[in-house]
Amino acid sequence: MTPGVLFPALALLAVAAFAASLTIGPADVGPGESLGALIRDDGGPLTIVMREIRLPRAILGALVGASLGLSGAAMQGYLRNPLAEPGLIGVSGSAALGAVIALHSGAAAAFALALPLAALAGATVAVLLILVLAGPRGSSMTLILAGIAISALAGALTSLVLNLSPNPFAASEIMFWLMGSLADRSFTHVWLALPFIAVGWVALMSTTRGLDALTLGEDAAQSLGIRLDRLRLLLIGGTAAAVGASTAVAGAIGFVGLVVPHILRPFVGARPALLLPASALGGATLLLLADIAVRVVLPGRDLQLGVLTALVGAPLFLHLIFKTRREFA
Amino acid sequence: MTPATIPALILENLTVRRGRRKVVDGASLTIAPGELVGLIGPNGAGKTSLMRAGLGLLPATGHASLAALSPRARAARVAWLPQTREIAWPVSVETVVALGRIPHLPGLAALGPQDRAAVDAALDRMGLTALRDRAATELSGGEQARVLIARTLAQGAPLILADEPVAGLDPGAQIATMRVFAAIAAEGGAVLTSLHDLGLAARHCRRLILMHEGRIVADDRPEAVLTPENLARVFGITAHFAPGPDGPVFQPLEVLQ
Repeated sequence: MTPGVLFPALALLAVAAFAASLTIGPADVGPGESLGALIRDDGGPLTIVMREIRLPRAILGALVGASLGLSGAAMQGYLRNPLAEPGLIGVSGSAALGAVIALHSGAAAAFALALPLAALAGATVAVLLILVLAGPRGSSMTLILAGIAISALAGALTSLVLNLSPNPFAASEIMFWLMGSLADRSFTHVWLALPFIAVGWVALMSTTRGLDALTLGEDAAQSLGIRLDRLRLLLIGGTAAAVGASTAVAGAIGFVGLVVPHILRPFVGARPALLLPASALGGATLLLLADIAVRVVLPGRDLQLGVLTALVGAPLFLHLIFKTRREFA
Repeated sequence: MTPATIPALILENLTVRRGRRKVVDGASLTIAPGELVGLIGPNGAGKTSLMRAGLGLLPATGHASLAALSPRARAARVAWLPQTREIAWPVSVETVVALGRIPHLPGLAALGPQDRAAVDAALDRMGLTALRDRAATELSGGEQARVLIARTLAQGAPLILADEPVAGLDPGAQIATMRVFAAIAAEGGAVLTSLHDLGLAARHCRRLILMHEGRIVADDRPEAVLTPENLARVFGITAHFAPGPDGPVFQPLEVLQ
C-alpha cells in the first residue's frame, strides 16, 4: 500500500474511532443528538456530559494511544527488534510507582492532581537514572540492560507499597489503578498531559531519518552522518515525556506499543520513518476502540482498559512469536 | 593544489589502543583520487580498526583527515561499508540503496531526481535492477552483500572504505565488484578495500597495503608487497605469483611450519 493511500485511511479510521468514542456511552442518546449537543451549548445535561466527560476521555484515548504507538515504533526502530516496546526503558513502571506512592500516602485523596504529578516525577527519576546508567555513548545493549534494571526496581517497589497497604481497600484501589483506565478523566488531565505528550511527539518524530539509517546498523548509520548520541537522547527523552505523561493520566496500558507497530510494519514496507506516524494513528485508533469496548462489553462491571488491551494484545503477541519461529525455522 | 591532487584520505601516525594493546600502531598512509587500494593482512592485523579509526568511529591518537569533520560533512566525503552485513527490517532493495542518499537530504526532504538517478545507477552497477522491489532480507547472503555495496555507491562520496566487501560472494560477483571499484577509481574516485583473497587483490589493485600486528609493513605495487619474504613473515605461507597473459596470477600454496 502506498503512503498516499495508507495515511488517509489510517487518519480516517482514527477520526471514526474518535467520533464513535464520543457517541457511545451509558446515556442513551443517538449519535447525531450527542454530537449536536457537543457543538452547540443547549444548556442541558447532555452538553455537560459531552463536553466534560466524553470529550476529555476521547481526547486522552487518542493522545495516549498515539503516544504508545509512536514510542513503540521508535523503540523497535532504535533497537532493531520487533519485540521492543515503550515500557522497556522503565519509564512506565516508574511512573506507575510514583502514582502508587501518591495513592498509598493519601496525597491522591487530598488533591486530585497529586497522582499524575507523582507519576510524572517517577518518570523523570527513571529517565535520569537511565541516562546515568546507559551513559551518553553507550550501545543499545546497555540501554536495554539499564531499562530492565529500572523496570525491575520499580516493579519491586510497587509490590512493596502494595504489601504495606493499610487495608484491602487501599490495596485494591492501587491494583485497579495499575490496570489502566480512561474513566472519569477531565480536561484537567488533558491539559496536564498535553504539553509533555506534544514535546515527546516532536522529539520522537525527529528521530525518523536516524532510525531509517539504523536499518544498516550503528556503524553504517554513523557513517551516513547520523549522530547516535543525539538520537538516543531524543528517543529516551521523547519516550519518557510521551509515555510518562500517558501513564500519569491513564495508568499502565500494555501491548499497544508492542502490537501496533508490528501490525502496521508490512503496510509501510517496513520503513521505520513511515512506521512512526502510522503507528501513532494506529495506536490512537486501537486505544479508542478498546476504550469503547470497555464501555460496551461489560458496562456495569468497570472493566479496566489495560486488562482489555492485554487480552487483545497477548494473542497478537503469540502470533508474532509463531511468525518469528517460522522465519528462523 | 588542484582539486584532483587533494588526497582523499590522509592518516598520520594513527594509533588505536584496546586496553594496553596497540591494535593499530603508528599507521601513516595517503590515498589519492583515482586509486583502488587493497588493504591486506591476516586476521587481527588491524585492518578494520585502521579503517574505523580513519573514519572517526574509533577513538585514536595521531591524525586522520576525516575524523575531525562533523558527521554530516564526513558523510559527504566518504562512504563506509562495514564488515557486518546488517539489514534489520524487510525493506525493499531500492529502499536500502536509497539510504545512501541520506547525507544529501536536508531535514525530512524526500528523494529528488538527482537522488533517484544515483540510486538507479548504483542498482544498475551492482546488477540489482531486477531485484529492486524484492525485500532485501529475503535475498541470499551474497545478494545482500551486493545490495549493501550498491548502498555505498549511491552515497556518491569521493572515497569509499569497504571492509571485506567480497567475502562470501560467488566468483563472478567478486570479480564484478572489483571491476566496479576499478571503474570508480578510473572515474576519479578513490577506494580503500580490505581483502582476504590475495589473488583478487593482486589482479585488481595497483597498490596494496600490508598490515601485520597493527603496523603497516608494506605499501607498494602488488609484486613489491607479495614477496616470498613478506608472505612468509606475515601470513606464514608460500605462494605462486607470476605475471600471466591476462594480468598477474597469485595462488597460495603451503603453510610454513
